[in-house]
Amino acid sequence: MKSLNLLGAALAVVLGAAPALAGPTIDKIKAAGVVTCGVSTGLAGFSMADQQGNYTGLDVDTCRAIAAAVLGDAKKAKFVPTSAQQRFTALQSGEIDILTRNTTETLAREADLGFNFAPVTYYDGQGFMVAKKLGVKTAKDLAGATVCVQPGTTTELNLADYFRTNKLEFKPLVIEKLDEVENAFFSGRCDAYTTDRSGLAATRVSKAPSPDDYVILPEVISKEPLAPVVRTGDDEWLHIVKWVVYALIDAEEKGVTSKNVDQMLTSDDPEVKRMLGATPGMGKSLHLDEKWAYNAIKQVGNYGEIFDRNVGRGSPLKLDRGINALWSNEGLMYAMPIR
Amino acid sequence: MAVDARGSLGAAATRGVWWREERFRFWASQVLGVAVAAGLIGYFWHNAAVNMARQGIASGFGFLNREAGFEISTTLVSYTPADTYGRALVVGLLNTLLVAAIGCVFTTIFGVLLGIARLSGNWLLRKVTLWYVEIFRNTPLLLQLIVWWDLIRISAPGPRQAWQIFPSVFVSNRGLAFPVPVWHEAYVWMSAALLIGVLATLGVARWAKHRQERTGAQFHTIWAGFGLIVLFPLAVFFAAGAPLDLDKPALAGFNFRGGTIISPEFAALLFGLIANTSAFVAEIVRSGIQAVSWGQTEAASALGLRQGHVLRLVVLPQAVRVIIPPMTSEYLSLTKNSSLAVAIGFADFVSVANTEMNQTGQAVEVITILMAVYLTISLLISASMNLYNRYVALVER
Repeated sequence: MKSLNLLGAALAVVLGAAPALAGPTIDKIKAAGVVTCGVSTGLAGFSMADQQGNYTGLDVDTCRAIAAAVLGDAKKAKFVPTSAQQRFTALQSGEIDILTRNTTETLAREADLGFNFAPVTYYDGQGFMVAKKLGVKTAKDLAGATVCVQPGTTTELNLADYFRTNKLEFKPLVIEKLDEVENAFFSGRCDAYTTDRSGLAATRVSKAPSPDDYVILPEVISKEPLAPVVRTGDDEWLHIVKWVVYALIDAEEKGVTSKNVDQMLTSDDPEVKRMLGATPGMGKSLHLDEKWAYNAIKQVGNYGEIFDRNVGRGSPLKLDRGINALWSNEGLMYAMPIR
Repeated sequence: MAVDARGSLGAAATRGVWWREERFRFWASQVLGVAVAAGLIGYFWHNAAVNMARQGIASGFGFLNREAGFEISTTLVSYTPADTYGRALVVGLLNTLLVAAIGCVFTTIFGVLLGIARLSGNWLLRKVTLWYVEIFRNTPLLLQLIVWWDLIRISAPGPRQAWQIFPSVFVSNRGLAFPVPVWHEAYVWMSAALLIGVLATLGVARWAKHRQERTGAQFHTIWAGFGLIVLFPLAVFFAAGAPLDLDKPALAGFNFRGGTIISPEFAALLFGLIANTSAFVAEIVRSGIQAVSWGQTEAASALGLRQGHVLRLVVLPQAVRVIIPPMTSEYLSLTKNSSLAVAIGFADFVSVANTEMNQTGQAVEVITILMAVYLTISLLISASMNLYNRYVALVER
């Protein structure tokens, strides 16, 4: 069935009439009145639907912020769950406008797949989770282990690289469905489960029969900068996505939150006034309403609020800001100047 | 006369107009059909190339020579992540062919036994096989595969608590680990002896058949065959000094080292495919047997043949002619259904191809390869079954 989906997506590339793909994404979004975002099939903290079908997560909020900036309403975001394998064809074929799905930025993806990556929304790294009772202290102890992994991910490649570099043997168990791969791990079919460390934390909290029986090993074996992705050839849309993400980060730096954004309209800081549209011009440059960033921050919150709510202190995952702190707090989050 | 006259009149009327001639129409329709098909394919190909170029998507089959970079757990030939995407595809293809080959052989054996049991005089046997057939034919194969996999995975213990069912044979949720003999050159001689045994048995069978036709005297080909195929290679084995060093699996760290291991995914896929397809084959065999008229059985019994002989010498040879064509499509569906391996994590051809599709992003190329390979396998199976069909078909004189 999945192959059929992939085939369908590939057929869309084969059959798709030229104009359908050439038109600027923003026109399509305005005509449809909705931003269509590809998200994961369920990863706590990043994109996950509850029983009522309401999505929450850091990636989901990125999409909502873009919807608020473009259409003035954060609710005008539609979420399409995509597997690790479907996500790129879904974007290439125009089924989704943007991929906000914990996707690692790499050279080959940008150059070979015809994509542009927007600024990173979460700096992650790959790790391993094992059952505590195995007594494994470091990933170097995993010689001969069976490792559960999802296919078509950078994770699968990093895993092979790590074991190759350390001259260790391993057996991968490759399953596409996240639920199945997690089940296989928790039922003891695999000794270790590997994915981005944020994903491990999410799985441990939300899926483990008893989270305390599992530990995440200290090694971080890769860099996984997770960023929104758009198709190449539509610079206007890329600019919008890019600057919405910067605005969220900048808002945190300038202390603009969803609570105080109305007072901030009369701030003395010229950058804040430019960002929020109190001093017009920025919106016009992006071909958006001057309230673009105001709407995004008011309705969704700044980057810090989004982080805390979904993966940080205010969430079950309780991840540290770590390298995802602002540059001024010795992190990597650095927004380009809005002027 | 009147008919003749009209006929020649009609022919004369059409003969003058070249585009109404039958031969022209025949060729024109063929050429037109081919041209339309080629045009459509060309249009789609061109459209895809243009669309992909505009979107900046890489194209072409050059990726097959690049380093794959991912590991595969079950491999018949040596493979490391440093090998190419092309080799990874070969590894996946061999895994698919292995499953298909083993699956087809066992499906045939179980299917025939089940089909015969469906017609058994034994009430219990008849009903049990009826239920088996109905359950396995009427539930989705994907569901069955997942059930098999879950059963194996959940009921078997972890490797450290593995069940030792025979000396050095372990069952755990890592799979079935068992010893394999360490390579010795005597095995080459044994294989040669086996081959000679098989050929000699075929010769003996031919000779026995001729003799029986000529004189009516029967010959125990089965015992001669047993001697040639089993005892002869064994004799070679002992003559070489019985070199049996076993590479035994033993728990080392996380997993069994040594010997060989059949993974739960492979086992589940194989069980699932065999259990499912043999239910269909059972029905084909049943219908094939029932297609042979009851009078044949009665006549054979009247001649004094025993029940086994009636089945083997009279009924089955005639049933085979009815069975072969539908069997071909069962073999084809088993082979194609093996691609459901993706769902339970066995590295078959589709699973490897899917991974490559995603790592390279070249969906169109990879799907083209997928379709070409499955088409080739299917056509090969069809062709060989058709050959066999021609061999068993009724030769009309």
